[in-house]
Amino acid sequence: MTDPGGVVAAATGVTALTTEEPVGRPTGWWGMVLFVATEATLFACLLGSYFYLRFQFGPQWPPGGVDKPKLLLPLLMTAVLVPSSLPVVWAEHGIRRGRRGRLRAGLAATLVLGLTFLALLAVEYAEDLKHFTMTTDVYGSLFYLITGFHGLHVLVGLTMIGWLLTASLRGGSFGSHRHERVRNAAIYWHFVDAVWVAILFTIYLSPRL
Amino acid sequence: MSTTTSTAPGVGRDDLARLAEHWAEPRSLRAWFTTVDHKKIGRRYLVTAAFFFVLAGLSALVMRTQLARPESGVVSPQEYNQIFTMHGTAMIFLFATPMLFGFGNFLVPLMIGSRDMAFPRLNAFGYWVFLFAGLFMWASLPFGAAPNNGWFAYAPLNQVQHNPGLHMDVYALGLLFLGISTTSGAINFIVTALKLRAPGMSLNRVPLFVWAIVATAFMVVFALPALNADNTMLFLDRRFGTHFFDPSGGGNVLLWQHLFWIFGHPDVYIIVLSALGIVSAVLPAFTRRGVVAYSLIVLSIVAIAIISFGVWVHHMFATGLPQLSYSFFSAASTVITIPSGIQIFAWLATMLLGRLVLRVPLLFVIGFIVTFVLGGLTGAMFAVTAFDQQVTDSYFVVAHFHYVLIGGAVFPMLAGIYYWLPKITGRMYHEGLGRWAFWLTFAGMHVTFFPMHLTGLFGMPRRVYTYRSEPGWDGWNLVSTVGSYLLALGLLLVLVGVVHALRRGRPAPADPWEGDSLEWSTASPPEPYNFPVIPRVHSLHPAWDARTAESTTTGATAERVLSDGRRTLFTSELDARTERAVDMPESSFKPLVLAGALLVFFTAMLLAAYPVAVVAALVVAATIAAWLWPPRRPDEELGVAS
Ligand code: HEM
Ligand SMILES: [Cu+2]
Repeated sequence: MTDPGGVVAAATGVTALTTEEPVGRPTGWWGMVLFVATEATLFACLLGSYFYLRFQFGPQWPPGGVDKPKLLLPLLMTAVLVPSSLPVVWAEHGIRRGRRGRLRAGLAATLVLGLTFLALLAVEYAEDLKHFTMTTDVYGSLFYLITGFHGLHVLVGLTMIGWLLTASLRGGSFGSHRHERVRNAAIYWHFVDAVWVAILFTIYLSPRL
Repeated sequence: MSTTTSTAPGVGRDDLARLAEHWAEPRSLRAWFTTVDHKKIGRRYLVTAAFFFVLAGLSALVMRTQLARPESGVVSPQEYNQIFTMHGTAMIFLFATPMLFGFGNFLVPLMIGSRDMAFPRLNAFGYWVFLFAGLFMWASLPFGAAPNNGWFAYAPLNQVQHNPGLHMDVYALGLLFLGISTTSGAINFIVTALKLRAPGMSLNRVPLFVWAIVATAFMVVFALPALNADNTMLFLDRRFGTHFFDPSGGGNVLLWQHLFWIFGHPDVYIIVLSALGIVSAVLPAFTRRGVVAYSLIVLSIVAIAIISFGVWVHHMFATGLPQLSYSFFSAASTVITIPSGIQIFAWLATMLLGRLVLRVPLLFVIGFIVTFVLGGLTGAMFAVTAFDQQVTDSYFVVAHFHYVLIGGAVFPMLAGIYYWLPKITGRMYHEGLGRWAFWLTFAGMHVTFFPMHLTGLFGMPRRVYTYRSEPGWDGWNLVSTVGSYLLALGLLLVLVGVVHALRRGRPAPADPWEGDSLEWSTASPPEPYNFPVIPRVHSLHPAWDARTAESTTTGATAERVLSDGRRTLFTSELDARTERAVDMPESSFKPLVLAGALLVFFTAMLLAAYPVAVVAALVVAATIAAWLWPPRRPDEELGVAS
């Protein structure tokens, strides 16, 4: 532990105000956690609305001749998105040891996986739109609202990742020693993943139960 | 009791000079648009919320003028619908919550001994969004396009087939837009109170006002998403033909209500709880002792914040019946009885055990207790189902919730305004003017709203633009209207008092009241850097504590934080041990640009100019990217709070 400022005010119980490895969680971490908490509540409201409307609607779900959702594509999407949390963790670990190469490689891998997910979502929509749209009935409204909203979140997450990648390629340092911004983007990305799992159960699996 | 000012002896001249330099704002007009100083932002919140209060209050006067006599034609039914909806919506969303955020913004950093909020630029952004969203909503009124479906905007009347025109689009988009401000502000409060407390301010030394603000901020974080989900679906239903609230497409009108009240019930406490925090902050100075039962009050604050999430359905007891509406404070008041009873008794005990100093702020606190308890009593009456069935959607409800809202929120805010005016403006108010203002608002409030209990019991329904001449209705309505003008006069006197203080008031000392919390140990008004030395806190009443004064004057705490940068301290979440110094951001145009781009986005959505909306969204993304763009500097530099 170095003390570049040379400030050790032992008399006041303050050890070092500037240290290599700062103590405590930074404000950015708390900010991101609270942001994710409020976003998670939003998704909880949307998924809650799904179940509410479904059970108010009656036994036949999806209504009106729409087939139960097919599973192959969504499972493929899961297989792409959920593991994409790993390279982020790897990148974060890397940069904490000062290894910029690992940061870049990890972020790039996540970016590719995330984009693949969005491409698969587009394929899924192209197929679904042949059968029902947002305006067909309330099932369609819910389906496209929830999956679309999640897709939007993936896009936001990818923007963060892409932004970090660009910034790191141009030699920016992300604020503090711990690379706060990488960690914050990682939290957001894990959240996007977790929400997808909830959506998989709600939208794709629950109608088959 | 020593009052420490910014010219503390232990702090050298050049330290102060360097502090002033680091925290200086750019000169001229530029500062106006770029400031990130929480005190300026707090003041702006207060002034802007007061401005929206005036607009909403004028709407109320129009309503009361229309209702003074039976079958009068001051406004048309369509105009009345828009006016009462804008009145309620603005009072709740554009006045009450932002006003409390204004107090919070100005006071929280000062009370916890910090130099700014955790995210100063986000703070500035939140203010601009609030301002723009408020103007966005009010601007629809002159066009006859204002929301017209009551502040809770029930389905199916909010659907486009029943309510064409832009009215409810303004509602949905306006509240979504505003929600960005409220959410970012709430997150900022929580993180500020968690990380930026002065060394030594462990959780059991946090001022009650800060507790209240943090509790309400948590409620915002978990309640507001329900409203956002609701409004998103509403907008999609209206614009893009989805069927969330439309039974013909398999939707359900009750979904709107559920989501609305999952938000709405906590929201009532978001307002009242932080107003109660003001009461707890004001009392010590005018009773000369700390508030009794600190820990019990903290517990009751936390209890209210949690309980309020579990009871939204009590707004919907009547929904099994064909009629969809139900009184909106009803059983809320019964649930809040226990924890808020604890607070009331604690304040009464404080007053009994202390020496009362009957200045204007204390008058408003007493006015609050009287009025709020009356409102609470009628609230308890709603719990009797038979009674509830009788008065639901009558003027009895209007009387009840105004007792709670004016008694429970407006009076505490007025107490707060008089109490902190010296700190905020550096000027003392005129006591005589203040007393007149108190007695007029107090009398006006009761003359206006007490008769509504009676008209309600006589069967007068709420949300009607006029009524037939009925025995028992005419006279009392006239009394109500006279009362509302009295009330308006009282509020005008508050305004006159503020202007008078600014123009003529004598300069305020640092601590005119011998207050107990840290804001009183700074200059009036505080310097841009708040504290020359970050104080070390030793008790629940740091400003009464000689040891705090000592550590502030000798500069014993964290000398380096003092002056060699725009810096403040991070401390640990629970026990506030010093962690490290952080650089705070400088003033910036980006918050304003970002809020402006969002305004363009929401306006374009309202007017269905979708390509423009897409462009605005891209500008939003680009601004955020630029905002967060990391500075090029070596890794071992200090952390930067955004
Ligand atoms: C300044 C004096 C005020 C007067 C004279 C006044 C008067 C009124 C009247 C006559 C109504 C009934 C409208 C109707 O049912 O047709 C009303 C509704 C309402 N007021 Fe006030 N009010 C005042 C202050 C406030 C304040 C301070 C708040 C909140 C902080 C507030 C919140 C509301 C709400 C939420 C409604 C319900 C609107 C709706 O049903 O959509 N009012 N007010
Ligand atoms: Cu309630």
